[in-house]
Amino acid sequence: MSSETPDKPAPVLTVLRPGHTYASVTDQISAAVLTTHTPRWWLAAVGISLSIVMIFTTAVAWLLIKGVGIWGINVPVAWGFAIVNFVWWIGIGHAGTLISAILLLLRQDWRTSINRFAEAMTLFAVACAGVFPLLHLGRIWKFYYLMPYPNRMSLWPQWRSPLVWDVFAVSTYATVSFLFWYVGLIPDLATLRDRAKNWWGKHIYGLLAMGWRGSARHWSRYTMAYLLLAGLATPLVVSVHTIVSFDFAVSQVPGWHSTIFPPYFVAGAIFSGFAMVITLAIPLRSLYGLQDFITMRHLDNMAKVMLATGLIVAYGYMTEIFIAWYSDNKYESYVIFGNRMTGPYAPTFWALMLCNIAIPQLLWLKKVRHNIPVLFAIAIVVNIGMWLERFVIVITSLHRDYLPSSWGMYYPTIWDWATYIGTMGLFTFLLLLFIRSLPMISIFEMRELVHEQAGEHPKEGHGHGPAQTHPTPTVE
Amino acid sequence: MKRKVETYGLMAEFDSADAVVVAAQRANDAGYTCMDAYSPFPVHGLAEAIGFHKTHLPLIVLGGGIFGMIAGFGMMVYSAVFHYPLNIGGRPFYSWPAFIPITFETTVLCAAGAAVFGMLALNGLPQPYHPVFNVPRFELASRTHFFLCIEATDPKFDPEATKAFLQQLTPLEVSVVAA
Repeated sequence: MSSETPDKPAPVLTVLRPGHTYASVTDQISAAVLTTHTPRWWLAAVGISLSIVMIFTTAVAWLLIKGVGIWGINVPVAWGFAIVNFVWWIGIGHAGTLISAILLLLRQDWRTSINRFAEAMTLFAVACAGVFPLLHLGRIWKFYYLMPYPNRMSLWPQWRSPLVWDVFAVSTYATVSFLFWYVGLIPDLATLRDRAKNWWGKHIYGLLAMGWRGSARHWSRYTMAYLLLAGLATPLVVSVHTIVSFDFAVSQVPGWHSTIFPPYFVAGAIFSGFAMVITLAIPLRSLYGLQDFITMRHLDNMAKVMLATGLIVAYGYMTEIFIAWYSDNKYESYVIFGNRMTGPYAPTFWALMLCNIAIPQLLWLKKVRHNIPVLFAIAIVVNIGMWLERFVIVITSLHRDYLPSSWGMYYPTIWDWATYIGTMGLFTFLLLLFIRSLPMISIFEMRELVHEQAGEHPKEGHGHGPAQTHPTPTVE
Repeated sequence: MKRKVETYGLMAEFDSADAVVVAAQRANDAGYTCMDAYSPFPVHGLAEAIGFHKTHLPLIVLGGGIFGMIAGFGMMVYSAVFHYPLNIGGRPFYSWPAFIPITFETTVLCAAGAAVFGMLALNGLPQPYHPVFNVPRFELASRTHFFLCIEATDPKFDPEATKAFLQQLTPLEVSVVAA
């Protein structure tokens, strides 16, 4: 700490490019929303995503008319794309909560410029996830049977079933994620209210801001509420994917009945979620010129989190394989060695190993983490890999029952694909609406960051002076 | 109806977080009690400087969590043991370990609801009208500037003396807040 830090003369990676003021961060972030000029690419993207939403609504309408028979599911594979996609989407959502809650509790200042759109990503991913179990019911209009409600048959849900736990976990997760996101938005909505030029802007943002005026008393309770929400969301996010894994692990199906499932599902969720945050952050920062706010440091850190959680996931796969061999249980070892690795779905298994274990190892190299196109490509590969993981878990464990007479194959139909791709369109569409109408970066937290950075760069030098009170924002 | 004054208070404007904390501290030391400070982001020490020390929000959240826990667990025990017991493979009706995941979820749900709605209720939000918005420059409170408002309900408030007091805190501007 004396004069010059000797360890790294390498270019300093900051969380916010120096030279920004309260006014500049406020104006730049709110300008993307308050402008009357809607970018061309945005209109084009909305057009494309809305067309995909049309495919989705068509697929859902046909499902309502004909029933789940239009999908590829049948005995023995009764859980097809619906469950694969449900787990995939809900896992993607987890990175948003991790960034906004866990990194807040750990006081990681690099979360600030990515938490807002990561939380929005969580909300939309959970919305897409929630669609699938409902559609899978077959009779969607009876969905309320899942909830405890007074009825003349005096029937209750079966509390001992992980599928009922899942209903509570996912609906709690969706509600708490929404509350967390909205609370974070309130001060920024006040900023938009004060900066909006036209009547509609003033009134809509004004209503949503609920009269926020930045009072010190309000801030005091607000930061307390935000901290408590973060503390509540942290165990919640772990519980959600744990309970999702219980859907599999509590059953007695070989390939599912395993105690490694909860931790490796949670790690896999964060792995895929960070991949999705990177997939979204890279185009957003260049389209909106946000390189000052979403810096290389953010991408570098997210790549590192992706690498770390990817290694946990790899450990989970290895444990599964090891236990299948070591347990000497013939059903377990058949599922892994006789079917997953060498059976008819073996290509998906090996593609999964390639996408989730082999390719992410490139992230050990700093050059790769700092090469934006390569990082983007790896994030896409991980997204695909995590989808394949759920496909392998669901399909290969089910399609060969104990007796060869009840073996079968699962082939997704065009309606499976239409529904799956349709939710991607829905996700993109909601995200586009969000970035056009709400600040995609938390403005007040950026102002706070400006304040903190100003505090640690006293007039004498560049943060090497003894007056330094805050941890330096430079990496390593 | 204590409609005794036409003004809500006097408001001083500052351009730095440190300045408004110092000003609030001096107003507090000078014996003013009814005041509030406004800032574009949470400023450390500002709430303490205006004499606000503790929020009861954690207790409300704890209460919400305990309510959610008892309500969730109680619902399952009531339905599975008393209201409609179902014998499935001879398993006990009161199979409490299986009730824990849902109990956890209802606990978190109610605690989070208590945190958000408790915070809004204690803050008196939503609030459609507040006099501070009558000051034209107050729109900077959500962007760059910091404000300290000494309210007319303060026993020590005097339009002239308080204005003079605020002037010596070297603000950018002192304005009268219409009620």
